[in-house]
Amino acid sequence: MSKRFNASFSTRIVAAACVLVASATLTGCGQDRDDGVYTVLNSSTDETYHRWDAEAMARCGKQLGITIEQQSVPAAQVMTKALRMASSRSLPDIVQFDASEMPTFAEAGGLIDLTTLGLSTRDIPKGIVAFGSYKGTYYGAARSVNTLALFYNKDVLRQAGLPVPTTWDELRATAKKLTHGKRYGLALSAGGAEDGVFQFLPFMWSNGGDERTLDGPRVVEALDFWKDLIKDGSLSKSTVSWTQADVNDQFMAGNAAMMINGPWQVETLNTDKSLHWGIAPIPVPRAGATSVGPLGGAVLTVPNTGDTERERMAGRIVACLSSEKEQLTYALNSWMVPANEKAAAVWRRRMPELQALAGQVAAARSRTAELGAGWSSVSLALQSAFQSALTGESSQAALKRAQQRATSGN
Amino acid sequence: MTTSSITAPAAVVTPRDTVPDPARQRRRRTLARWGFVAPAVVFMLLFFGYPLVRNVVMSFQHYTPKTFFTGRAPFNGTDNWSHVFRDALFGKALWHTLVFTAGSLLGQFCIGLALAVFFNRRFPLGGVLRSLILLPWLVPMVVSGVVWRRILDQDTGVLNSFLDTLGLPGHTPWLTDPGMALLSVILVNIWIGIPFNMVILYGGLQEIPRELYEAASLDGASAWRSFRSITLPMLRPVITVVLVLGFMSTVKILDLILALTDGGPADATQTLGTLTYQNSFVQLDFGAGAVVGNVLILISAVFAVLYLRANRTEGK
Repeated sequence: MSKRFNASFSTRIVAAACVLVASATLTGCGQDRDDGVYTVLNSSTDETYHRWDAEAMARCGKQLGITIEQQSVPAAQVMTKALRMASSRSLPDIVQFDASEMPTFAEAGGLIDLTTLGLSTRDIPKGIVAFGSYKGTYYGAARSVNTLALFYNKDVLRQAGLPVPTTWDELRATAKKLTHGKRYGLALSAGGAEDGVFQFLPFMWSNGGDERTLDGPRVVEALDFWKDLIKDGSLSKSTVSWTQADVNDQFMAGNAAMMINGPWQVETLNTDKSLHWGIAPIPVPRAGATSVGPLGGAVLTVPNTGDTERERMAGRIVACLSSEKEQLTYALNSWMVPANEKAAAVWRRRMPELQALAGQVAAARSRTAELGAGWSSVSLALQSAFQSALTGESSQAALKRAQQRATSGN
Repeated sequence: MTTSSITAPAAVVTPRDTVPDPARQRRRRTLARWGFVAPAVVFMLLFFGYPLVRNVVMSFQHYTPKTFFTGRAPFNGTDNWSHVFRDALFGKALWHTLVFTAGSLLGQFCIGLALAVFFNRRFPLGGVLRSLILLPWLVPMVVSGVVWRRILDQDTGVLNSFLDTLGLPGHTPWLTDPGMALLSVILVNIWIGIPFNMVILYGGLQEIPRELYEAASLDGASAWRSFRSITLPMLRPVITVVLVLGFMSTVKILDLILALTDGGPADATQTLGTLTYQNSFVQLDFGAGAVVGNVLILISAVFAVLYLRANRTEGK
């Protein structure tokens, strides 16, 4: 009796499992979307950012008479998550990509041209429109943009009686003078990830280097400048293992008098009331040259779901979230610079201490403007090259190899 | 036995059931047997067979982000394979993987065995100490990675400060020098792997009858001699298990390296695991990622076969 019961019981379990697996695979495709509920996939996993986004979405939802939900995953997972959702036909209505990743998704045919959804690029500077575009099509609306700047410890500089450096020579001399005991003159990230590349770009670009010819003399010079800082002892050798967050920790702990970093660190910096920091443009190779940094930030995109009606509503949501008013609120919260010119003007008046950053943003360049989806290969090759060079190899040889690697597509 | 003798007379009473078609009965029995195997087979096919085959197929496909939309991944022959093998990074990563695996296993095993032998003798607080040594095993790999990255920092790390106070080289570039980084990563992995080795080997040691050692000491064998002639041979099956399992979990290392060095500096700690990750999830070239993944599977498979072989001869 019990044996028979067991047999049928186990068969039933197996059957149930089979049904479960089968139904999971079937319903995985073609997920039903709730009318009136729209989802945004973003990387706002930090509590503060998540809250700011939720507030903005609540305001826009109220205005449009819908509910907007956000789904936040770590920044590095947005792309793979979105791709998986694409293959199971369960894409969210809006995806917030890092701008350097957007071209990859656009190239795969996954995004809708925002101008067809009624979004305008009025009041947005040309550089920032290009930042959200791929091959001339406007796919991503930026709410705010950021770039890198030179942060310095006001007290340390004042005690040493030194002005804020504006050229490479001054930076090198100042950093050397400020290096004392456990404190280095400068901290920056040369880590083996996008962080390090992001930090190398202002040096490479301000010197006239170009990502299409990594072994060009201008790029070599820029890398040699980094090498000199290490040789002088004013930059820690650990720089090759630091992320930008590590750099910020070093600066806050007093282990560095100056650092290269971005406005997203300001919130953390301000938690230490005794730390008096200032911000300036990144020094340039020669006096009078323009400081060109990389434009960073995320863009709101509408993925191609095939549901035109929902896509149109998604366009209106993007328009609301990136409206002048919402941009200003977001930018004032997050210390980033609004993409919209009018909002940026107000922001500049309200945040005079970040004046330098606004100037940097105006001159900044997008990483993918020249290479589009090919950026990731170049970025990987470049990381490996500056890490080799900073740990002993000659800049010339390291960059030559990087160029070969980048062009072979490896 | 007894049940069959009881059912037999009953069978005579009801002729209908008594003439059971022997072939049918046999078929039913085989069916029942397969029924018991089926869940395992289905599970294996679904969760091991399918991904494995998929991975092999994918390595011959041009599989890009576009594939996720169109569902089309055209076959491109051996393009992915030749592309990966021509990449200088692959050779490097393969070499690093071998060094990492051999170094980690050697360190983990030797220290684990030494500790197991040490704890095999009874002494006060032995149990407490033994359980304390298990701690690294309980800490998630990524957490250990992040903590060790701090400890090994060249300027502000605890290890260098400690070495400095002892008058030893306190500016060792543990993770920042391409020549040192792989060694540092191996050392951290040894630290992580010791508890596993110790626990299993300790269990094996407990199984060895004490009389053998008593007999050996009566024969005048030295400690080293009884270790070599009793402990090691008696422990052999356990040693094989420890090494094979250790190998499998070490060769595919990814999380620890991502947390410690991210494959850097200058690709000095790039292994097959990190290379697969980089190909698939940074470059989004899934075909190339699958190739490296297949190489990893192949290496593991070779060792699995060797292990099964060793087990079979052991059984005989």
